[in-house]
Amino acid sequence: MSSTITGKVWVFGDDIDTDVLAPGLYMKGSLELLASHCLESVDSDFASSVAEGEIVIAGENFGIGSSREQAAQVLKHLGIKAIIAKSFGGIFFRNALNYGLVALTSDELGQIKPGDRVSIKAATGELIHIDENTQLNCDLLPPGLLNMVEAGGLVPHLQQILSQQAEKGK
Amino acid sequence: MSATLAEKIIARAAGIDRVSPGEIVTCAVDLAMMHDSGGPRRVKPILEQLQTKVWSPDKVVVVTDHYVPAVDADSAAILDLARKWASQNNIEHFYDMQGICHVVLPERGHLRPGMFVVGGDSHSPTGGAFGCFMFGIGATDMAGVLVTGETWIRVPETIRIDINGALGDGVVAKDIILHLCARLGMGGGDYQVIEYTGETIASLSMQERMTLTNMTAELGAMTGLIAADNTTTDYIRNTGSDPGDIKRWQGDQNAVYRETHRVNADKLEPHVAAPHSPANSAPVSEISGEPVQQAYIGACTGAKLEDLKMAARVLKDNQVARTTRLLIAPASTRTTAAAAADGTLATLTEAGAILMPSGCGACAGYGAGVLAENETCISSTARNFKGRMGAASSNVYLGSPYTVAASAITGRISDPREFLNEDKQS
Ligand code: SF4
Repeated sequence: MSSTITGKVWVFGDDIDTDVLAPGLYMKGSLELLASHCLESVDSDFASSVAEGEIVIAGENFGIGSSREQAAQVLKHLGIKAIIAKSFGGIFFRNALNYGLVALTSDELGQIKPGDRVSIKAATGELIHIDENTQLNCDLLPPGLLNMVEAGGLVPHLQQILSQQAEKGK
Repeated sequence: MSATLAEKIIARAAGIDRVSPGEIVTCAVDLAMMHDSGGPRRVKPILEQLQTKVWSPDKVVVVTDHYVPAVDADSAAILDLARKWASQNNIEHFYDMQGICHVVLPERGHLRPGMFVVGGDSHSPTGGAFGCFMFGIGATDMAGVLVTGETWIRVPETIRIDINGALGDGVVAKDIILHLCARLGMGGGDYQVIEYTGETIASLSMQERMTLTNMTAELGAMTGLIAADNTTTDYIRNTGSDPGDIKRWQGDQNAVYRETHRVNADKLEPHVAAPHSPANSAPVSEISGEPVQQAYIGACTGAKLEDLKMAARVLKDNQVARTTRLLIAPASTRTTAAAAADGTLATLTEAGAILMPSGCGACAGYGAGVLAENETCISSTARNFKGRMGAASSNVYLGSPYTVAASAITGRISDPREFLNEDKQS
């Protein structure tokens, strides 16, 4: 697909773990409650101030730790559209893509400051740092995964597969 | 062409002759394990939305461990849902309140060398101790597996960690893995496979190997693997299962590893990880003295029978400090039964330990035993992320069951070797 995501960024450092994204104390509760505590131990303003369409920029190992996919789900719930990090925790990376979140890696994020605006084209890995008027690059997702993200995540993707199978079975 | 153990298992599961690192393949899943937190309550709505059923109920294991026993109406509802879902979906392998999933799975003979297994939990690499490729996935991925019986992976490279030499008395697998966390960092595994080799590994029991592969998750690896040997097959036969042909499930002599790290076990000291990362590990001598209000021996990582025996060896004829509480949550009901039968539990409770139910409990901050603001705990669990065991300002140090027990006696983080002498054999 060729869609572009443009928005304001939130910048986080290395090793933002799943207990910081989705704190265990609130894991039993509603998604709203959990989301309201997302990242609070590193940025108490994040959950209340983040807006639809914004983007997370992070350092190494973003989402390291637990397999709880609420860590990705709360970000999506809060309106985050894409996460660009130096590297991801492996399970979180899968979870984010399964939720239809664009998750890309890049080594060129050093100049991006909190509140800057960027624009991302997942299909080409192009990352425009609007404030500096520079073009940076992200690593590409394999085509199969890109398709799944474009479809909105694994569940809509499975829906497509199941309906195709049903068609064939007819 | 030579192949690593991981590549052999993945190729078999993908139904092809060989795979190369970096390649994306779709693998048939031999077994899917889920627990009450990431399992039924999360996959049920997805399966309903897709209007489809579990592909093969006999290949699914469901364990309740995160919210057991229920402490309030919310956790009771989560467990109730798990029970009903397991029954409605004909899940025969449903273990309700029998212990923590990563310990229950091998105890009940579900893991065999060469299997390709997914677990709905990040400590699923524990299963790698049995020479099977087992890794953690999230609930949506799990729903995909339950619908299709398959999942995709990018074939990982294998990083070898070769460990040789004899561990000193009071130094155990937990100390090896904490040392590796400090050395390689939480990203050191780079979502590749870590395979442990060497004479020290060969000498470790299955429970100790499980501690090592369990915390491979803290290295950020996709999974940890230990090729099966006689220790593995003995364990599996004892569960009543057939280990199969283990010769097939060994890496080739000339297999290509991305890198090899060597550890000299002779020189290793007990290690402790300071807050808030397992990578903040150092020899206990650099950290000892810190007062602790709670000592916790629990989790899939640190409350198996051998872990409890380590604690008992230190605690025998000693008392927990007045300023400290020692909570012990055996990893499974079978662990509790065995520890009751051999006198381990009596030693622990005589020393003043408080016995807790088998389950995740305080490890994940989901159940009983959580910390107040500014409290400090030393724990035999796997993770000490900020706020994980309770209040956001609480501090968690990680250590072996030996170190946790010694610290409970003194009320401060302590070197366990001071409490071990020849006449205190387990
Ligand atoms: S005991 Fe802790 S580490 Fe083990 S499965 Fe439970 S929450 Fe995870």
